[in-house]
Amino acid sequence: MKIDPWMVQALAAGIFMIGFAGVLVRRNVIAMLMCVELMLNAANMSFVAYAWQHADMAGQAVAVFVMAVAAAGAAVGLAIVVSLFRALRSADTGGITLLKE
Amino acid sequence: MLAMIIVAPLAGFLLNGLWYFFVQSSRGAKKAGSTSTGLLATAAVFLSFVAALAGHILLLRMPSGARVIEQKLFGWIHAGGFALDFVLRLDPLSSLFCLVITGVGTLIHIYSIGYMSKDSTPGRYFAYLNLFCAAMLLLVLGASMPVMFIGWEGVGLCSYLLIGYWHSDILKAAAGKKAFIVNRIGDLGFVLGMFVIYRHIGSLDFFAISSGVSSAVGAGMPVVAASLLLFAGCVGKSAQIPLYVWLPDAMAGPTPVSALIHAATMVTGGVYLMARVSPMLMLSSGAMLVIAGVGAATALFAGAIAFGQNDIKKILAYSTISQLGYMFLACGVGAAGAGVFHVITHSFFKALLFLGAGSVIHAMGGEQDIRKMGGLRGAMPRTFITFAAAWLAISGIPPLSGFFSKDEILWRAFSSPFGGRIFWAAGMLAAVMTAAYMTRLFSLVFLGGGRASVRVHESPATMTVPLFVLGALSVAGGFIGIPGMSAIGHWLEPVLGQTQASRPGIGHSAEWVLLASSAAVAAAVVWVTLKFYEKPARAAGFRQKGRVVADVLENKFYIDELYGAMLVRPLVAISGWAWKKIDDGMIDSAVLCAGRISIAAGALARKLQTGQLQAYALAMLFGALALIGYLVHGLG
Amino acid sequence: MMNAAAFFLFGGFGLAFSAMAAFGRNMVGCAFSLVMAFFCFAGVYAALGAHLVAVLQIFVYAGAVMVLFVFVIMIIGSRRMTGAGAGQGRFVTGAGVLAAGAALVLLIKVFRGSAVGTGRVSGPFTADAVAAAGGNTRVLSELLFSEYALPFELVTAVLVAAAVCAVTLLIPKRERSGS
Repeated sequence: MKIDPWMVQALAAGIFMIGFAGVLVRRNVIAMLMCVELMLNAANMSFVAYAWQHADMAGQAVAVFVMAVAAAGAAVGLAIVVSLFRALRSADTGGITLLKE
Repeated sequence: MLAMIIVAPLAGFLLNGLWYFFVQSSRGAKKAGSTSTGLLATAAVFLSFVAALAGHILLLRMPSGARVIEQKLFGWIHAGGFALDFVLRLDPLSSLFCLVITGVGTLIHIYSIGYMSKDSTPGRYFAYLNLFCAAMLLLVLGASMPVMFIGWEGVGLCSYLLIGYWHSDILKAAAGKKAFIVNRIGDLGFVLGMFVIYRHIGSLDFFAISSGVSSAVGAGMPVVAASLLLFAGCVGKSAQIPLYVWLPDAMAGPTPVSALIHAATMVTGGVYLMARVSPMLMLSSGAMLVIAGVGAATALFAGAIAFGQNDIKKILAYSTISQLGYMFLACGVGAAGAGVFHVITHSFFKALLFLGAGSVIHAMGGEQDIRKMGGLRGAMPRTFITFAAAWLAISGIPPLSGFFSKDEILWRAFSSPFGGRIFWAAGMLAAVMTAAYMTRLFSLVFLGGGRASVRVHESPATMTVPLFVLGALSVAGGFIGIPGMSAIGHWLEPVLGQTQASRPGIGHSAEWVLLASSAAVAAAVVWVTLKFYEKPARAAGFRQKGRVVADVLENKFYIDELYGAMLVRPLVAISGWAWKKIDDGMIDSAVLCAGRISIAAGALARKLQTGQLQAYALAMLFGALALIGYLVHGLG
Repeated sequence: MMNAAAFFLFGGFGLAFSAMAAFGRNMVGCAFSLVMAFFCFAGVYAALGAHLVAVLQIFVYAGAVMVLFVFVIMIIGSRRMTGAGAGQGRFVTGAGVLAAGAALVLLIKVFRGSAVGTGRVSGPFTADAVAAAGGNTRVLSELLFSEYALPFELVTAVLVAAAVCAVTLLIPKRERSGS
């Protein structure tokens, strides 16, 4: 069976939405970070799919860069989680409401 | 040169006013005495008098039909088809008034220097007095109705300022307010009259009105309405029924103010207006009837009230109202010239009466009740003799000035085509009353035994010299209008266009008969009253017998209370209701409501700020959803 | 040559594993599900002809990032992961899932209906051309070092910065003032 480009995009969209819903729903910081990684991966997939669809390497190049930056982001995020844990002794995000008016 | 007549007192006002404002009223400044400010003000008015005299002499030299001097100061209104320039005009009528205003004004200024010597803010007083003179002169020199109206309003303003001069006393301040507000009611009539005149005649210049009114009447102008509307303005300004109530209260001001404003000048502004538009008035016999009727009624009404008063200034105030009624009676029977004549003589003796009263009050240390005075003849001989001259003049004793002017009015009331025997009878009765209550005043104050509790002394020369000048004028001033060779009548004829015609069946000899009879009646009344008051106990017993009537008279027929209940209280109640319900309840609430809505909306919007990241992310998702949905609608 | 079967296989498993990772109860289970999901994504990439990307995915994501995640989870300890799998509350959970679902439907609709989703623009890097030029790895590497050299170096800088940042954040307090 032939694969249409939209199917690949739909897959990427699906993974993205799963990740997004996870971010909305979860209270644990590390879990939220993992869902963010999912979203980034979904974006990556979308890029690669376009590269395949349009026979252009640019999409794959971008995917490489996104990967690198996402890894950096994950590292910093985890560092923050660890120091947060040191301060709060808990990984529960429900009590962090410093942005509230 | 005409402008000089007005500019001089205006400059005096500015100089005194600015000096007062910047120098005298600051804390710690040395309070200037009344002498320097008074001299400045007097010089200003005297300068004005000299200019008026010069103008008068110029007019005398001109041929009789062409006696006009005009001066255009500046172009004023040019709007659409309406053009009005600020023009001053001196003609026989206005020059007479100018002389009276500036002449009597100068004397009163000199008097004020002595009277106000112990006042704390004489600079302010003399500034206002000068401003008043400037405004009054503008009133009489205006060539068109709007220019006159500026002066009209200006004297109203100055009247308010001067009546309420001692404004820290709330009653005196209220008297000032009352004067201004009641005047305003009349001014509405004046303005409406101006509108009618402009609509039908097309111009507001007095000469144009005089020449154009007859053709306008032919074209359907409601001339009775216009005349009555203008007369309404006079009712306010010149204190006729029903708007006279402000004048007795106005006695709260300093006595020289009462002399100048409420005897000699401002209140005569109404008579001036009637004289100015007399060509128009003559064409509306209905309006003339009303004017004469109101004048006669006022004369009688005020005369009656004057009997019941015990305050020396109040008696003189009601006397002024009564005499003004006389003047309007004259205007209403087509004898505006006689009215103007009476204005002149009245200004002499009434100003003298007020200034004399001021002298008495000054000597009595502020006491104004005549029941507490008596026998001042010995202690204040100069005041006594000048007051006597004025008293005889107002009572109509020949050959003093008042006799001639009053008699002229009575004769014209009797003989004019617009008049009638009833008007003559009313005038005669009013004359009798005048003689009677003035004699009462005179005898209670100056004659008999002394009832005063303070040591009385004569007033200083600055106060008595003007008294003598006015006394001389009261005695001799009538000779300009002797019947038969009436100089003043001829002088005014070109302006007033009045007829000297009599009703059919009245011969020329009737004039002499009336003259003799009024002289005799006046003399008799004076003699009887003098005798009556020789025994004060008898007078008191008489009052006791008729005490119901006496109380009504003393309480001025309860008119003020009537107005208060009928007009003032409902108005105040309505204002209070409007304030509470409409202003506070509706408008303030609406405005506050907007504020409260903002606050509520803010509180509601604040609930979105949970501080939780995920809530914000959810919100972003909803937003993205909406956007994509909209795009899909366009695409899908 | 596209292997449709490979795509559907890896794609399906990828979806399943990511759902487990996003909504799982046990933290370690989540982490390992995510590793498996990354493997499946790599498979998808390979099926799409992006071989270098696939391998990098395994190295970087499944190999480094997830290891880091597991380290942190171990350090913090599962016992202290209170409310690890719990949601925000039924209303928010429901709303979130519903909204995400709706967005997904919309996106798919957009893709299916538009030319972007269905058309194929022809570029220079078709599968045959790439194969002729030495394979995907060679071609992409040449591009990275020539045309995309600048972004490459910038990303290097980003990585260095992130490393410094992470270390700074984690230095114990008493040592921070000295350094």
